[in-house]
Amino acid sequence: MSETKKFMYINRRAPYGTVYPLEGLEVVLIGAAFEQEVCMVFISDGVFQLKQGQDTIDSGMKNFSPTYRALGDYEVTRLYVERESLEERGLTEADLMPLTWEDEDDDWAEKPSIHIVSRTQLSDLLEEQDVVFNF
Amino acid sequence: MLHTVNKSPFESTSLKTCLGLAKSGSDILLIEDGVYGALAGTIHTIMLAEATGTISVYALGPDLKARGLPEDRLIPGIKVVGYDGFVELACANDKVQSWL
Repeated sequence: MSETKKFMYINRRAPYGTVYPLEGLEVVLIGAAFEQEVCMVFISDGVFQLKQGQDTIDSGMKNFSPTYRALGDYEVTRLYVERESLEERGLTEADLMPLTWEDEDDDWAEKPSIHIVSRTQLSDLLEEQDVVFNF
Repeated sequence: MLHTVNKSPFESTSLKTCLGLAKSGSDILLIEDGVYGALAGTIHTIMLAEATGTISVYALGPDLKARGLPEDRLIPGIKVVGYDGFVELACANDKVQSWL
């Protein structure tokens, strides 16, 4: 690959009501092989994808929430969660799964992947991207 | 009448429409993404909290559990039922209206 581009994956939907979140997550993991500069954004009901304690045993659906923990190993280390979306839903950062990545340039220190950002910050971030995907 | 709502109130107006048309004494069962409507402390909480006085509101336990929503985060007065409770509600009411 000659040129690195900035890729943003925007997740706007709740985890189990549609197949978008699962499909989107798979696209991110596949896309990680192309070594682009990748970030994920969670807004609107997309913030529910990162809710702690998902347990699908009684409903018979596939619980794909543990897959988000693998993102760090695929060098997807920036997950931006919109503060306003959390607040509208009565959630705080403590409600989200603790996701981390290991920084090889810093003696493999574990660092948090989730960053809570404001709508204004997100708006600036969106403007910087070369490619934006929506799920 | 039993009303079922399967959409998140943050994404769809189906819960609002349902609450506007459901008569006092009705049952409302939140299923699938509809269970997000049962959450306390959200911008939509007041809408459902006000209805629980005259309408019995239920939420499907397995769908809450899948989404990581424990009972202590729900609006007081909402009853959590299992699939057996869903069947009982469907049988106890003469009609079922699904707000898809």
